[in-house]
Amino acid sequence: MSEDVARGRLLRAMVHPGRGQVVVAVLLAVLGAAAVTQVRIAGSDDDYAGLRQADLIQALNGLQAASRRTEQDIADLEATRDSLKDSNDKTAAALNQAQTQLTTMGILAGTLAAHGPGLRITVTVPDSHLSVNLLLDGIEEMRDAGAEAIEFNDSVRVVAQTSFEAATGGIDVDGRVLKSPFTIDVIGDPDSLTTAMKFPGGFVDDVALDEGHVSIKQSQDVEVNVLRKVVPPKYAEPGQPD
Amino acid sequence: MIAVIGLLLGVGLGLFLKPDVPIGLEPYLPIAVVAALDAVFGAARAFLDGIFDDRVFVVSFVSNVFIAALIVFLGDKLGVGAQLSTGVIVVLGIRIFSNVAAIRRHLFHA
Repeated sequence: MSEDVARGRLLRAMVHPGRGQVVVAVLLAVLGAAAVTQVRIAGSDDDYAGLRQADLIQALNGLQAASRRTEQDIADLEATRDSLKDSNDKTAAALNQAQTQLTTMGILAGTLAAHGPGLRITVTVPDSHLSVNLLLDGIEEMRDAGAEAIEFNDSVRVVAQTSFEAATGGIDVDGRVLKSPFTIDVIGDPDSLTTAMKFPGGFVDDVALDEGHVSIKQSQDVEVNVLRKVVPPKYAEPGQPD
Repeated sequence: MIAVIGLLLGVGLGLFLKPDVPIGLEPYLPIAVVAALDAVFGAARAFLDGIFDDRVFVVSFVSNVFIAALIVFLGDKLGVGAQLSTGVIVVLGIRIFSNVAAIRRHLFHA
């Protein structure tokens, strides 16, 4: 029953508004305006505008703690990065050094082709009759003058183990019999090498005494392309480094 | 009818004029709005009970807003503003719920 009474009251108020409703309307208008304004403020992008001092201090403290943690993280990560970079640099340097050493050793041992300034020496002797001692002396002179790679007749690379032996009809170099004309490609400083060959009583003079002829041609790009196989030492073992 | 029109008018005014709230009053506005809502729901319940009086409504509306703001102001001064305004909101919320429950019983008998 009270349901009908209440609804009747509501209906009557809607249809026949009284004097009191004007006051109610004014207050409701104030409330509506305030509510809308508050919604606008709360929804505005400045989250900190309506906060109290204590809240702001708390927020600030939180941000400072987060900032400290983040800075710590940054420092850690930078340290990690630096150590990684450092080890990377060290590895690169070691690799570089190893590469350089490999090249040097390869040229010395004859496992790498080489080219550079040097001489092309052609020794012509009648009947390929050239004294091994004379040839060895000549090679020693070249090495003394800084020869870095030596090649005979485009077929034999001269390295530390190379052997020279007199053979019938020529010279046996590392088991291969070479005949005149002997072509020797040498890489090194062309002027020093030329001097080493031509000084009085040197290789050129000695060969001339044996009725041979030596022609020396300087070149800025002598190629030494013959390679040697590396045979691992069977008896020699590396000693303790000093 | 006039009351409903007044409410709509207020909402429209708030939307179009976009009034600026002084920075000092900003913390009190949400509390004041909730306190006013409580007064309005109380008035609606009284109206349905048949004991509505516009004078009582005006006084309860104004005093609700004023006291709520005062409590928050005191809380701010004592350094417990955040906690006190939470408390006020909770109390007013409970009152609004009970008032709405009474209104619901009147209108729907449920």
